[in-house]
Amino acid sequence: MKDTLANTEKKTAYILTLPAVALVFAIILFPIFANVWISFKEVELKDIRIPEPRAKKIVKSISEDPSKIKILYKLRNSSLLQEIRDVSFQDKFPKNFEIEELDTRCDYKKYTLKCKFGNWPAKYRENFTVVFETNDGSIINKKVLKSTKPKLDGTSDNILLNATFTLKNFKKVLFDDEFIDLLLTTFYYTFFGTVGSIIFGILTAQMVNQKFYGRTFMRSVLLFPYVAPVVALAYTWELLLDPNSGTLNSLLINYQVIETPINLLGQKYITINILGFDFKLRLALTTVIMFEIWRYFPLAFLFILARLQAIPKELYEAADVDGASPFQKFFKITLPQITAVISILFMIRFIWNFNKFEDVFLLTGGASGTRTLPINVYQQGFAVSDIGMGSAVSIVIVVLLLLFMFFYFKLLGKRVDEN
Amino acid sequence: MKTKNLILFPLISSFFLVFLVSIWKILATLQGLDIQNFNLQIIFIFGLLISFAHLRVGNKIKIFYKSIIFSLIFVICDGYIIQKLPLWYNIGIFLVLYFFVNKINKYSFEDLKQEHSTQVIFFDFLTLFGILFFSFVILFPFYMMLITSFKTQIALLVNPLDFSINFGQDLKDLFNSYFVIFKSYKFGKYILTSTIVSVGTVIITLLFAIPAAYAIARLNFFGKTFMSTSILIIYMFPAIVLVIPLYTIFSQLGLRNSIEGLLIVYTATTLPVAIYMLQGYFKSIPKELEEAAILDKLSWFGIISKIIIPLSIPAISSVALYVFMIAWNEFLFSLMFLDNPNSFTLSRAIQYLSGDAETPRQYLMAGSVIVTLPVLFIFVYFEKYLVSGLTAGSVKG
Repeated sequence: MKDTLANTEKKTAYILTLPAVALVFAIILFPIFANVWISFKEVELKDIRIPEPRAKKIVKSISEDPSKIKILYKLRNSSLLQEIRDVSFQDKFPKNFEIEELDTRCDYKKYTLKCKFGNWPAKYRENFTVVFETNDGSIINKKVLKSTKPKLDGTSDNILLNATFTLKNFKKVLFDDEFIDLLLTTFYYTFFGTVGSIIFGILTAQMVNQKFYGRTFMRSVLLFPYVAPVVALAYTWELLLDPNSGTLNSLLINYQVIETPINLLGQKYITINILGFDFKLRLALTTVIMFEIWRYFPLAFLFILARLQAIPKELYEAADVDGASPFQKFFKITLPQITAVISILFMIRFIWNFNKFEDVFLLTGGASGTRTLPINVYQQGFAVSDIGMGSAVSIVIVVLLLLFMFFYFKLLGKRVDEN
Repeated sequence: MKTKNLILFPLISSFFLVFLVSIWKILATLQGLDIQNFNLQIIFIFGLLISFAHLRVGNKIKIFYKSIIFSLIFVICDGYIIQKLPLWYNIGIFLVLYFFVNKINKYSFEDLKQEHSTQVIFFDFLTLFGILFFSFVILFPFYMMLITSFKTQIALLVNPLDFSINFGQDLKDLFNSYFVIFKSYKFGKYILTSTIVSVGTVIITLLFAIPAAYAIARLNFFGKTFMSTSILIIYMFPAIVLVIPLYTIFSQLGLRNSIEGLLIVYTATTLPVAIYMLQGYFKSIPKELEEAAILDKLSWFGIISKIIIPLSIPAISSVALYVFMIAWNEFLFSLMFLDNPNSFTLSRAIQYLSGDAETPRQYLMAGSVIVTLPVLFIFVYFEKYLVSGLTAGSVKG
């Protein structure tokens, strides 16, 4: 009895989880495997459309004889690159129809016209006509003829499915002159974005953790950049930073801070003179990182605030009795309490920033030294339209991420052991 | 110790005053006033004078009178330095000063004798500074977005610093950008598409997630732990890695440029987090209720629909709101899958609009306001439910 109960429970569980599991498998897990497959192939954007035999049906009445009709099929191969083999054709007609003359490739049985057109090379076109006559002399209704559509079928090679593989894509990605630069840009973007958002998160959480008027309102305001749509925010920033008539540049010029406008999103380097030494700063990249920090520090803020509110008040009270200064309280009590949250945050934000595409794409499109790996996936796949290359870059991303996670957990595990 | 505090307190408070006045001056400049100089040194010296005067006077005068006297003196001097400024500017300066004097009033001459008092003061002012700074930095872009959408192309080019709105004009002129994007750019249709996609994603996600979450929370089956751990790993997986394979598969299946295609992808990407949040909540529902239901021979469908769902309305609605926000804000997949303007979502439409360099920026900003408002509205209105979900990591990004 108990056994059957457990069995039904199992069965129910599988039925309940199946739809979700199947969908996630099809849309998330399967594409990851597909990505590996595609990355070993030479595929371009134009190759992925499957070639189709197509026919456009045109009905033409023959003058003087309403019981006769001419039908023109404009046949073509939709692909400009690949041939279609064994094209078959089928179209149905009313029961009183008889065919006048039959093409040798065709057969008319049971009021169905069936043809075998053989192989069509790429770009193939043909005008194929048939003439019909009604066997009882009745007048033909053209609308009936137009309502049926011919069925065409054929086989063709799907480039994605054949078994030729190549290492070319990976060679191109890894031995490209710009690959190191690409990695560095991605690393700067990810690392400084992550660290910056965590620092701002700590500051704001510390701030909101105190009592002041309008605190709940402040908490929602701080989350605005995180919940608002990225498209709107990116274009607003673009407007704000615009060199010609952007608010920021106009303000700085108005207050005579700068003389000529700075193109914060379009200039690759800016030279800064510190103590007589010239430093080259990657300007556009810095701006993009600023945007990223602005947009994602709220997540760090929320996590850290939740942790701060859970720290027992007694700790601070005891510190007050001991005469600790605010700085000491922060470094000796608060900081040790939030390190665990910070390490989790660092991992989450690092992974997400590493894969961030929209922000950079909308702000600069990857120009002026802001091309990160995800941007490269898009550019290879859709701008250069080399799907195979794009896939190879995304595989590189996955491998780097797995490496990062591996080392991160190893490091974290060590530290936990030490404690 | 005391002298150190005596020197540091006026310095810190003066810096704060400089900051306060600067923000007010920037805001005033953005209303079209011609202010080219902050006069930072003068404000700083004033800050020092006021702090010393405050320490000297102490509580001999009532705080109300003290604040008014100090503020008035400052306003008169400031008005003398930069002349020809309207009354509202000076009233603003007065209020800023009033606020400042009230703030420093907390610290008396006696307080400064205590240990750590400079650090306490420093932290207090840093908090205040932080509140103002972050409010300004965060709200300013939103404010700019809204104001720009009400301006005309010429006004924007003539003086990019003028953020004042002329409310005297016709309402039709004021909302001109909105009329234009609805009429000439078919924004009504995009709003509809976005709504259908977002609401559709919510419904399908809940339909799939509630049973699955229930099974993971309650039933025993082989692969249960594996499933619950893999949910989070899948959630961490980058969308950019899925884009190329999904693009090729969807092209071959003819699912690109279709609402169905977007629905499938959005549902799949939001399912893991929906299941994760729901199963956490379902676990907190007492088991006894279901045991009674099993005795009544209720099927699993009955248990879910008659017991679980009514009991977890708050959790389900917060998941629904999240999924809605994620689908509404989504950009990457809509960029990849949609290239026919007839099937654009709002985000994609705005990006398409910006692709044309000749699109006036006020239209772009009007579109941005339209896409931002619903999300911010939902967020502020349902904030209580949503914040706890955010810490559970429900919005990826």
